Amino acid sequence: MKAHGSVFRYYDNVDTDVIIPARYLNTSSAAELASHCMEDIDKDFVKKVRKGDIIVAGANFGCGSSREHAPLAIRESGVGCVIASSFARIFYRNSINIGLPILECPEASRRIKAGDEVEVDFDSGLIHDLTSGESFKAEPFPPFMQEIIKAGGLVEYLKKEEGR
Amino acid sequence: MGGMTSTEKILARAAGLEAVHAGQLIMADLDLVLGNDITSPVAIAEFEKFGLDHVFDKDRVALVPDHFAPNKDIKAATQCKCVRTFARRMDITNYFEVGQMGVEHALLPEKGLVSAGDVVIGADSHTCTYGALGAFSTGVGSTDMAAGMATGKAWFKVPSAIRFNLTGSLRPYVSGKDLILHIIGMIGVDGALYRTMEFSGPGVASLSMDDRFTICNMAIEAGGKNGIFPVDEQTLAYLKASGAKEPRIYESDPDASYERVIDIDLSTIESTVAFPHLPSNTRTIGECGHVEIDQVVIGSCTNGRISDLRQAADILRGRHVAEGLRCLIIPATQKIWRQAMDEGLFDIFMDAGCVISTPTCGPCLGGYMGILAEGERCVSTTNRNFVGRMGHVGSEVYLASPAVAAASAVAGCIADPAALEKGGER
Repeated sequence: MKAHGSVFRYYDNVDTDVIIPARYLNTSSAAELASHCMEDIDKDFVKKVRKGDIIVAGANFGCGSSREHAPLAIRESGVGCVIASSFARIFYRNSINIGLPILECPEASRRIKAGDEVEVDFDSGLIHDLTSGESFKAEPFPPFMQEIIKAGGLVEYLKKEEGR
Repeated sequence: MGGMTSTEKILARAAGLEAVHAGQLIMADLDLVLGNDITSPVAIAEFEKFGLDHVFDKDRVALVPDHFAPNKDIKAATQCKCVRTFARRMDITNYFEVGQMGVEHALLPEKGLVSAGDVVIGADSHTCTYGALGAFSTGVGSTDMAAGMATGKAWFKVPSAIRFNLTGSLRPYVSGKDLILHIIGMIGVDGALYRTMEFSGPGVASLSMDDRFTICNMAIEAGGKNGIFPVDEQTLAYLKASGAKEPRIYESDPDASYERVIDIDLSTIESTVAFPHLPSNTRTIGECGHVEIDQVVIGSCTNGRISDLRQAADILRGRHVAEGLRCLIIPATQKIWRQAMDEGLFDIFMDAGCVISTPTCGPCLGGYMGILAEGERCVSTTNRNFVGRMGHVGSEVYLASPAVAAASAVAGCIADPAALEKGGER
C-alpha cells in the first residue's frame, strides 16, 4: 500500500475535537464528517486536500475523545497516511481497526515541511520526502497488527479468523 | 520475570494466562462492553457486518444515550433511535432510556455493573473511570466496541505502569480533581501514554470513592490506558451497596515493575486550574491572576457525583452567583439528582441563581446546553479544555474542582474557595 501527495503539517497534541468537532457528531456519515475535518485549526484543509495527501504531525496525535469519527473523517477526506512522532492510544487503535494507514516516525515528523511532496510505502515503513530528497524509516507494526491491517480492519480480520 | 501489577494480574486472568508482562499482545475476555449515543451507531453498523442476530451476552453490553440526550436535534434523535432499536432487537438488559439514564461513567458503577477485577471496554475515552473500583477499564473506538459485542473479546497490548505513591491527606477545599490536574500538569498530556496509572500508598485511604472516580476518569487526559486503585474497605462497601457481583481482588506484587514511581504528599496539593487549551496547562489557584468568566458548569462524568454537588453547595449556600454569570448544575444520574434534591441542595443552588439540568454530557463536549460564544470563558468541572471544546473556536474553558467552580461563580472570576470562606460573605 502506497500514498503519494502533498503534506499538511500540524504540531503536537492535535486532539480529536479539532479533527472533528463534537457539534458534527450527530451524524456518522463519513462524507459529512469529512466535510468538517480539521476546520477548527485549519479552515483550508477541506478545500485543499487531494486524494493521497499526507498529514505530518508531532507528538500525541489524536489525543482526547475515543470518537472513531476522527480517523473516519481523515480517511474519507482522502488522506493516504498520517505520520506523527507519536499517536494517542485510542486513535492508534482506531486507525488500525478501520484501516487508516498511520506511521510513527519521530525523525520524519521533525524534518518534513508543509507542502513537501512525500511518498510513503506503508508496508515497508519507508518515507521519501521528494522535495528535500530525505528518506526515513518508520517503526514496523507488530505482526498481529499487520494482519489486521492486511485484512482491511478488525471486523474483516475477525470474520476471517472465524472462518478458519 | 519479576512480579505483576494489579493491572497485569487482571489481564492475565482475562486472557487465561498464568502471567503477562508489559508489551505482550493478548486477547482478553470482556466482562462488560459499553457504548453511548455517539459511538454506538458507528459500532452497530460495524456489528451488522458480522451478520449475527445476537450479542455475545445480552447482560454484558451497556448502552447509554447520554451525550446528545435528551435528544438535542433531529439528527441526534435519529442516532438515539438507532441505539434504542438495536437494544430492543438484541434484547439488551442494560439499555438506559431517558428517565433511567445518567452520564455513563457515573451510572454504570451506581447500577452495580462493574466490579473489582473486571475487564471493561467502552466506546468512550473516559471508560478508564472504573479503575477506581479495582477494575481494568479502558476507552476504545466503535469498531472495538462492535467486535466486543460480537465476540466478548478485545485485543490489548499489556501496558507498562507508573505508580503514584500517595501519602498524607488533602486539605480542606482540595479534592481529587485538584490532585489529578496537578498530576497531569506535572507529567503532561502524553506523560502516561499507553501506560497504567496506578495509585497506591497510605494516602489512598483518605480519598473518597467519588475522588477516586474523578482521578481515574482523567487518566486518559495524561494519555493513560487505565487508572487503577487498590481495593480497600471503602471499595468493598461501595460494591456491596451498588449490588455489584462478587469482587475479584488483585494486588500488585511488591516486586512488580514500574517505569517510574512518583511520590505525592496529598497535604501539599493546592486548588489547581487547567488553563486553555490543554489539561496539562495547570496553575495553582494562587497563580491564576484575574480571569473574568461568563459561565460555570458543575457536572459531567468527572465531577457530577453527589459529593461534588455537596462541595459546590457548601460554597454557594447563602451566596449568589455574580451578576450576568450563568451557572449550570448537572447531577450525573437520576439517583444523584434525587439525592441532591432530598438533601436540599437544589434550594441552595436555586437561591444562588443557578439552573439545574437533567443528566446529560451536553456542554462538556460542546454538544448542547451551555455552548459558549466567541470570546466567552467558562470555568468547568469537566475534563477537556481543547480549542472549541465547549463552543466557538474563540471561547475558553478552564478546568477546575467543584469548589473552585462554585467560588468562581460567586466571584465572577476564577476564585479560591478557601479565600471566599475567609471573606465571610455569609
